[in-house]
Amino acid sequence: MPESPYMTKVSAPLAGTAASAPFPSSARRHWRLKSFARDRGALVATLFLLAVTLAVILAPVLSPYTAAEADNLARYAAMGMPGHLLGTDQQGRDMLARLLYGGRVSLIVGVVPTVVAGMIGLALGMLAGFFRGLADQIIMRCLDVIFAFPMVLLAIAIAGAMRPGVLTEVIAITVVLIPYFARLARTATDGVLPMPFIEAARAGGGSSLTILLRYVLPNVFSPVVVYATTLMGLMIVVGSGLSFLGLGVQPPTADWGAMVAEGRVVLRKAPHVTVLPGILILVVSLAFNFVGDGIRDALDPRTIRR
Amino acid sequence: MTDTLAPRLVVDNLTTRFGSDRAGATVVDGVSFALTPGRTLALVGESGSGKSATALSLMRLIEAPGRIIAGKVLLEGRDLLTLTEREMEDVRGAQIAMVFQDPLTSLNPALTIGRQIAETILAHQEMSYAEAEKRAVNLLARVGVTDAARRINDYPHHFSGGMRQRVLIAAAISCAPGIIIADEPTTALDVTVQAKILRLLHDLQQEMHASMLLITHDLGVVAAMADTVMVMYAGRIVERADVDTLFHAPRHPYTKALLSCVAGIEEDRSVPLEPIIGTAPDLTDPPLGCRFAPRCPMVQDICLRHDPALRALSSGHDVACLLVEGQTADA
Repeated sequence: MPESPYMTKVSAPLAGTAASAPFPSSARRHWRLKSFARDRGALVATLFLLAVTLAVILAPVLSPYTAAEADNLARYAAMGMPGHLLGTDQQGRDMLARLLYGGRVSLIVGVVPTVVAGMIGLALGMLAGFFRGLADQIIMRCLDVIFAFPMVLLAIAIAGAMRPGVLTEVIAITVVLIPYFARLARTATDGVLPMPFIEAARAGGGSSLTILLRYVLPNVFSPVVVYATTLMGLMIVVGSGLSFLGLGVQPPTADWGAMVAEGRVVLRKAPHVTVLPGILILVVSLAFNFVGDGIRDALDPRTIRR
Repeated sequence: MTDTLAPRLVVDNLTTRFGSDRAGATVVDGVSFALTPGRTLALVGESGSGKSATALSLMRLIEAPGRIIAGKVLLEGRDLLTLTEREMEDVRGAQIAMVFQDPLTSLNPALTIGRQIAETILAHQEMSYAEAEKRAVNLLARVGVTDAARRINDYPHHFSGGMRQRVLIAAAISCAPGIIIADEPTTALDVTVQAKILRLLHDLQQEMHASMLLITHDLGVVAAMADTVMVMYAGRIVERADVDTLFHAPRHPYTKALLSCVAGIEEDRSVPLEPIIGTAPDLTDPPLGCRFAPRCPMVQDICLRHDPALRALSSGHDVACLLVEGQTADA
């Protein structure tokens, strides 16, 4: 569930549904897929993210403990302890269980706002860049207002005005991300519009809608996707910040970032409490970046190797 | 024009201006001409003389700050300048198609060429995508793309410059337009490819009995393709004649100068090519009299004061020059 639509788009045919694609030239899609699959880094990263996603969904199956269950006799248990594969934290809670359940929150907060803001920002930026004039002014100046605030501060302000929870986190982060995407999309649109092929499309009788969807969008899409994947890791951290301030998920539920924050107090005594979620954030962020690069190369026809 | 055929497109006093009324440049200034079925009209002139602006104006593709401030573009009796944008979209591509100068950038790098041709077809005709794609294959085969059925799935960067121009031509003729505007169609191509593309354009035009407006600065292309030639200078038509007359008996000093810029293979090489001295006038502040006067080797006092109009010298030969007999100072 906390999977990006970009990824499912790519990974669905991997599962063998390519033949049923309703698209007229499924062969073309197949090349893109091949190009993506040939990119080792992207392939490994995708499989890794799928595994992580599956693991957090199957948390109750994989772990006999819940995230909140504290075993006071086994506090600060080191990794590899019988019964606690990854040890326990300062309250004796099983680390594996906490990482699995915390991963649910972290993945949602990393992926959902980025994808939603990416789509909204892409649409707004393209419209502003394409129609210029009044529409441009209204859209971009409104977004400038959001842009004027420091990102995290504004997210805190928005989240603070709502009831704490995952949904609040998602909404707050989505709102602050929209201007970033809109600016990127607008700039990219600006770069595409003077291209002769836009004029050629007009000369061929293409309507504004056709030109927007068939000629502008495909050329603006890939930078936005790549940007989105680079932001996903960062948003996991921002979401943790919100949780840390009590604006996101509430203890005892923890996301990875909150686990790092709590663990730093006992960093010397029990480094695994901090290091394990930290490594996960790092690796998942990296994986998103690899997937982003893979998608970019697969979307760009110039890099298709056949 | 000496043709007895009824013209398909009549452009009358087309005037396009960039910028405001006070500060700005009239880049197309009172241009009139007609396109006849099966015939090619060449529009020649230096860069910046308003050739492309003329083509874009009659397609209504001039973008702000440019706008058409006067004139009529009559396509089979309908004035295109009064149509709504929606109606104009139906005309573009279907009745008037355009082939652009730079085949490298005139194709969308993110779409397969089959898709791009099919999009043009689908913009004008009700049919399924599969049918449009099938038609794209036929069109590509017609313009000389080998193995067309497989190549529709290729992207523009898989094609050479000449092949891309063929693809653009296929897209242009996809709805059998009555009028083809070719804006420097071979400028970006090397010489051997140029000849093939010109041949193709000519054959297709004859086949479809289409009218062609050929914009070029290459007089060799004009000689090979055109029936009638218009010479444009600083936004105005300065001379119009059938191709033989223009090459053998040019009357306007600018036309003569243009022709003397071209090297002929049989000519004595000890005589250097003669460039036209000076540059085209600044259209934000055009000269008071004849626009060519500052560069004209035959300039007289009268030329600096009076602005010549395009007058008929003989049937089918129009010149805008005060020094040509039959022209009067009160023009």
